[in-house]
Amino acid sequence: MASTEIMTVNMGPQHPSTHGVLRLVVELDGEVIQKITPHIGYLHRGVEKLSEHRTYHQTLPLTDRLDYLAPMSNNLGYVLAVEKLLGIEIPERAQTVRVILTELTRLKSHLVWIACHALDIGAMTVFIYAFREREKVMSLYEKISGARMTSSYFRIGGLSADVYDGFEKDVQEIVDTFPGHFDTYEGLLTKNTIWMQRTIGNGVISAEDAINYGITGPALRGSGVDWDLRRDNPYSGYEKYNFQVPVGKNCDTYDRYKVRLVEMREAVKIIKQALDSLKPGPVLANAPQVCYPPKEEVYNTIEGLIHHFKIASEGFPVPEGEVYQSVENPKGELGYYIVSDGGTKPYRMRIRPPSFVNLGAIEKMAKGAMIADLVAVIGTLDIVLGEIDR
Amino acid sequence: MGVDQQPLGDNIITTSLDGLVNWARKSSIWPMTFGLACCAIEMMATGASHHDLDRFGIIFRASPRQSDCIIIAGTVTKKMLPVIKTVYEQMPEPKWVVAMGACACSGGIFDTYSVVQGIDEALPVDVYIPGCPPRPEALLFGLMKLQDKIMKERNSFGSSIGLGERLEPAA
Amino acid sequence: MTNMAENNRAVIGLKGKFASSLLEIKEFRGEVTVTVKKEDIIAICKYLKEELGYNMLTDVTAVDYYGKTPRFMLVYNLYSIPAKDRIRIKAPVDESDTSIASATCLWNSANFLEREVFDLFGINFTGHPDLRRILMADDWVGHPLRKDYPLQGPGREPYKGRLS
Repeated sequence: MASTEIMTVNMGPQHPSTHGVLRLVVELDGEVIQKITPHIGYLHRGVEKLSEHRTYHQTLPLTDRLDYLAPMSNNLGYVLAVEKLLGIEIPERAQTVRVILTELTRLKSHLVWIACHALDIGAMTVFIYAFREREKVMSLYEKISGARMTSSYFRIGGLSADVYDGFEKDVQEIVDTFPGHFDTYEGLLTKNTIWMQRTIGNGVISAEDAINYGITGPALRGSGVDWDLRRDNPYSGYEKYNFQVPVGKNCDTYDRYKVRLVEMREAVKIIKQALDSLKPGPVLANAPQVCYPPKEEVYNTIEGLIHHFKIASEGFPVPEGEVYQSVENPKGELGYYIVSDGGTKPYRMRIRPPSFVNLGAIEKMAKGAMIADLVAVIGTLDIVLGEIDR
Repeated sequence: MGVDQQPLGDNIITTSLDGLVNWARKSSIWPMTFGLACCAIEMMATGASHHDLDRFGIIFRASPRQSDCIIIAGTVTKKMLPVIKTVYEQMPEPKWVVAMGACACSGGIFDTYSVVQGIDEALPVDVYIPGCPPRPEALLFGLMKLQDKIMKERNSFGSSIGLGERLEPAA
Repeated sequence: MTNMAENNRAVIGLKGKFASSLLEIKEFRGEVTVTVKKEDIIAICKYLKEELGYNMLTDVTAVDYYGKTPRFMLVYNLYSIPAKDRIRIKAPVDESDTSIASATCLWNSANFLEREVFDLFGINFTGHPDLRRILMADDWVGHPLRKDYPLQGPGREPYKGRLS
């Protein structure tokens, strides 16, 4: 019998399929993966430390840049955490708009996932299609907040401004057209022989292992665990909406692909329901010590100007205490653990990133697989390095 | 390039060698896929269907050996900097650097212990594109500025056959 | 202590089994936090995982109360998928002995999370299989999330032009 030698291959941090600056040191026996050691931190920007030196309003833009594929979802988790600390109530309209926008964000994030995942496995067409659709969500983002990606549209206490005239029409157009696009992707992939061969039986992780590794989100649901924070610990009024939580059976990449596709369709359903229940009303809580005054007041009255200046320069004091608020991000459970010492800046802000914890299971999922299947495992985990490294 | 129609016929173009080389270079800028952070997604969006970088002859290459431009798209951390330097050194001459986004230009909002305050601390940057992240149109504009810059270079032909240095105009 | 914390199933269970190692039970905004002695952290986590069904370790992190003794507070966020509820366990760790038992024997998710706490706070987890720096480079000096570590890093003049 020929003797075999273990070969160590370095993948990344500059590699087109690592979805950013992930570095994997892979030990190979022939083409079979024996061991994977992820090296991360190439995008560690010190967001947690930085937030200790910023007021609560100033911390909000930092959260956009964590999971940059889903900025609004990150904003939502953060504002909910601070609102929980403050104990303020958010008006109905603001909550509904938040739900619409976070579900659009889920679509946006999953579109990038399907684009890159398919591109990694060799299906270029899906990439082109998915980015075409993504532009529609991006232009809606831009209309609503002025920025295509890092929107910072939510505010502690509600929204930065009410939605523009014609917002409902634009959202309705997305709701009407997107299911057809999903059919296109499914037509390209679901019964595609190459796609099935590359994904069925790839990256298998059992439900028990998945929980043990702390995997959350679609990756956990693909392993058959019926758990979704939106349904099980609802926030921002999710309990009002009727939606299915898809679960997989075979715990492999193909099932996670199907779970995410159903999730996109369910997101469209939630948007539709939220749009129907959208009623006129205020979009900021009645909490003048926290919320910025309306712009008309700032520009026309001295009191309004002083009020704005006070909040912008000093911030607002937050009661002493600690809270943990988590939201169902497109990638999994995103949690904010904020410790307040009663001051105007967070004493400690811990971000519980879903991708970071999910990445911990890569060794379990890819061990024994072929080296070529590793990119499929990375794709199915749907990691974002901005969030892993913070 | 000048087109002299009468004495030489329809299929003859007269130009300087520098002009020809510069024209060829600017029409086929092949950048590295070097996505670091949020800006990389906008870079992808620029390359994808809606904005389509291929129109400019810009085709992303995954290997530094095949590329002549590096778009630093995102936050550069101290841990990543040695990697970027290695990749840059692996690229063949002539090569250009585009700093895309506030982080690559100046560190952006991340004025922290782990972030390099601008890639120009390590690499010679040709074009700075501000924005957080810059819009695809901004990236396109920046790349067109790079094309203008390439067109202004002197001794491009001479330097490529080993005669002297490539000269870049000051502005 | 309010009623809610008293009625919490984890608190009732812990009071019955580990009464001597509970330091504080607190409820704030509907979240129950139990502070325990660090020596018993693994026994308590094991009990919560195996007897009460808190099967997912969502998060491990630390808080630096610089200037106080004990200086660090380890924070474990546990979640029960069957019962869909959370419990937060905290354990004080002092600067003089920054070690605590690793939870990797119970949850694999503790591996990365504890490495991060080791990297950014300098807490040593005994029994951790692979305790290396994770976010910072291997040759980095210092633990950035400690309160006495400057935001812009040591050796750099802080930029004065902005409010920070």
